[in-house]
Formats: sequence, structure tokens, C-alpha cells
Amino acid sequence: MQSQRKIRILIAKPGLDSHDRGAKIVARALRDAGMEVIYTGLRQTPEQIVETALQEDVDVIGLSILSGAHRTLFPRIMELLKQKDLTDMMVFAGGIIPEEDIPEMKKLGIKEIFGPGTRTDTIVQFVFDNIPKRP
Amino acid sequence: MTKIEEIVQGVLSGNRRSIARAITIIENNTAETHKLVASIYPHTGKAHIIGITGPGGSGKSTLIEKIIREYRRKDKTVGVIAVDPTSPFTGGAFLGDRIRMQELSTDQGVFIRSMATRNYMGGIAKATKDAVKVLDAAGKDIVIVETVGAGQSEVEIIKVAKTIVVIFAPGLGDEIQAIKAGMMEIADIFVVNKADRENANKAIMDIQAMLQLNNQEKTWKKPVLKTTALTGEGVPQLIERIEEHKHFLERQLEHKRSREKAEAELIEAIKEKVATSMIEKLKKEGKFEEFLKKILKKEMDPTSAAEKLLNEKFRNKV
Repeated sequence: MQSQRKIRILIAKPGLDSHDRGAKIVARALRDAGMEVIYTGLRQTPEQIVETALQEDVDVIGLSILSGAHRTLFPRIMELLKQKDLTDMMVFAGGIIPEEDIPEMKKLGIKEIFGPGTRTDTIVQFVFDNIPKRP
Repeated sequence: MTKIEEIVQGVLSGNRRSIARAITIIENNTAETHKLVASIYPHTGKAHIIGITGPGGSGKSTLIEKIIREYRRKDKTVGVIAVDPTSPFTGGAFLGDRIRMQELSTDQGVFIRSMATRNYMGGIAKATKDAVKVLDAAGKDIVIVETVGAGQSEVEIIKVAKTIVVIFAPGLGDEIQAIKAGMMEIADIFVVNKADRENANKAIMDIQAMLQLNNQEKTWKKPVLKTTALTGEGVPQLIERIEEHKHFLERQLEHKRSREKAEAELIEAIKEKVATSMIEKLKKEGKFEEFLKKILKKEMDPTSAAEKLLNEKFRNKV
């Protein structure tokens, strides 16, 4: 039987900023690389993002944030993923995240953080290289 | 328990993680897909399945959000499969239908799943039908399928949904074009959305005119409704009509069932009458006793005896 596994990826915008240009460009690059990209739209709570990831059964979650609230929102998202036993999903992030915060974010379990000026093919390659294996 | 059995158990108990996993297994069409679908199949058939189709930009997703809210007010649980197209060039897809429904994503009585067509034609994905079964088996009262929305030839939905709602919006241009392409036949209910717009009434009249030209079905009169999805206006009326259509289908089924039951009873009654009178006659003629003795002496088995008796009887008649 021919299996048709596709990479499913959630692009989410947590918090209150409405700058979604970056998220949409990344979403488009991932789509053009052959992935199925689910986009949440703006102003999502951590609960909404994690519930969406669960229902959509995604392999990867990409968080885009430019508001500066990442130190509040990211820990909450990672905690909820743990609570719902979704730790097999790979999480990466992008947006405006100061250099000095990056180690703290990575310690939470966020695999990579991409700042402004990152090439989309860098992100696409990163996702391909880090897709979690399914049981 | 195998992994699949575990997932099936989870689906039947309404576990959201299991529902999500089951749909993925169906989408990926693995070696386990058939077993999964076969195990949930006996638990399906309870949900009312609603197909929502219509041209892109007519407001399907926004309207679905309001439909879900209305059903939730009535304490019904709802599952949604929202289908968007896969690019035939890259194989990728951008699934954005749930943006309009995100506020409902944390409601435990609602389960929304986006699905790419993976190049299946007809407005839905190959996996849609079985994904609907998963939501049905998981106990959702209502399952809504949103088609791609290219507007034309999205007739595959008829194999999945029980009630089909076709949505139009004024100002999209060719209402009539869209109607021509087979939407007329598959619709159970027509909705003109964005009814606050100027030419909404014209769109309604266009559809009603087409319906009059084309009204072969007398049993269910296809209603044409107005909604404004943004405010939710007209949505309670739409739900009422959907429920009416559901009852209409149930009555039809009941009619079919009572017919089948009556047929079986009639056949039974005829058999009994014919047999009784035949046996009486055979007894009077002494044939019955004659063949009974042959059977007792093992010269003949009962089936052959009956055959021979009946053959003689009917040959004599002719």
C-alpha cells in the first residue's frame, strides 16, 4: 500500500501583536516545500495554540511573536504541551526575540529561534532536518 | 492491546488525541488504515452530517463558526472537517479555514480538523469520508464538512453528507454560473450569505427562479434562506431547516423500513396460507400419507418428497 505521509505544521501567532507578515511568509515557504501548513490567525492564547496542535495532529509547531511577551507565553505553551503529552511535537520560533533570551527559550524545549533576516530556505531545511519520528 | 486497538478505544471514548491520530492514519493511508476504519465502522451512523459548499469568498468558514455556536447553545457536540486544496505543483497546502473558528478551538464539545485534498478531485479529500466516521464514532452529534470552495463540480460531498447546504453571496458575479454546474441538484438548502449587501434579494430571486425551472423533486422543497454570517443573523432559521431536513430523511427511511417490514409480513402470511391449504388437500387425497410412509421407510428424503408432491400438484393444474 502506498503511504502518503505529509509533514503537518502549525504556524501560530501567540499574544497580542498583529504583525503577521513574517508568519505568512514562513507559512508560504513551508507550503511551497510540500508541507501542509495550518495557520491559526492572530492573537492566539497558549491554550488555543496547544488545542489546535492536538486536533490537527501536527508534527511541528512554529511560533511567531514580535510583542516581547515570549518570556510569558512560550513557557506556558511548552507547559501545556507537556500536560497534554504532546512533547513529541517539535517547536521552533521566530520574530523579535532578544539574543540574551535565546538560551532561556531553548531550555524550555524550543528547538531553534530565527530572527529577522533569516532566509526562508534556512527555515525549510531546518524543519526537514528536525521532523520528529512517529511511533 | 495493539496501537490501533488503543486508538480505536480512545476514539470510542471521545479522547481528542486519539481522534486526531486516527484521522492522520486515515489521511496517510498506511497498512493499518483499513483495520482502523473497519473497527470504528460499527459505531457510526448516529451523527447528522452536514456538507457546506459554495464558491470561495461566499463565507463558508464564517458561517460554520456561527452554526457551531448555535448547535452548542442547543447542547450538541460538533465535529468539523475543513478541506482546502493541495497544490498540484508542490504537494503543499495552506490550511486557513479554522482561522475563523479559532475561538471555538478550546471548547471540549468541538473538534475541528483541517484537511488538504492531496489532489483528490471533487471538492473534498479522499480521507474525508472516513474522517467523518471517526468523528461520528467519537460521539459528535453533528459533523460538518466544509468543501474546498472552488464553486463548481464539488459534487463528491453528496457521498459523505446527509444534508447539503449550498452557499452563495451577492456580488460574486456569476451566481447563475455556479448554479449551473451541478450545485442545483446536490443542494438540500440554499443560503444567500452576506444578506446585508445590496443585491442579496436579487440573488435569492435568481435561485428561486432556477428552482422553479428545475423542480422535479416534490417531496422536499428546497428552501432559499438569507444569512449574515458576521452577525449570525438568519443562522437559527438555517439550523431549523437543517433539522427539518434531517427529520424528512428519517421519515423517508422509516417509510422504507415500514415497507420492508410489511413486505416480509405479507410473504410470511402467503407462505403460511398456501402451505396450510396445500397440506390439507394432500391429506384428503391420501398423497400425504403415501409420501410420509416412503420417508419413514427411508425410500425418500422429505425435501425430495415435497418437491415431487408439488410438481405433481402443479402439473395437474396446468
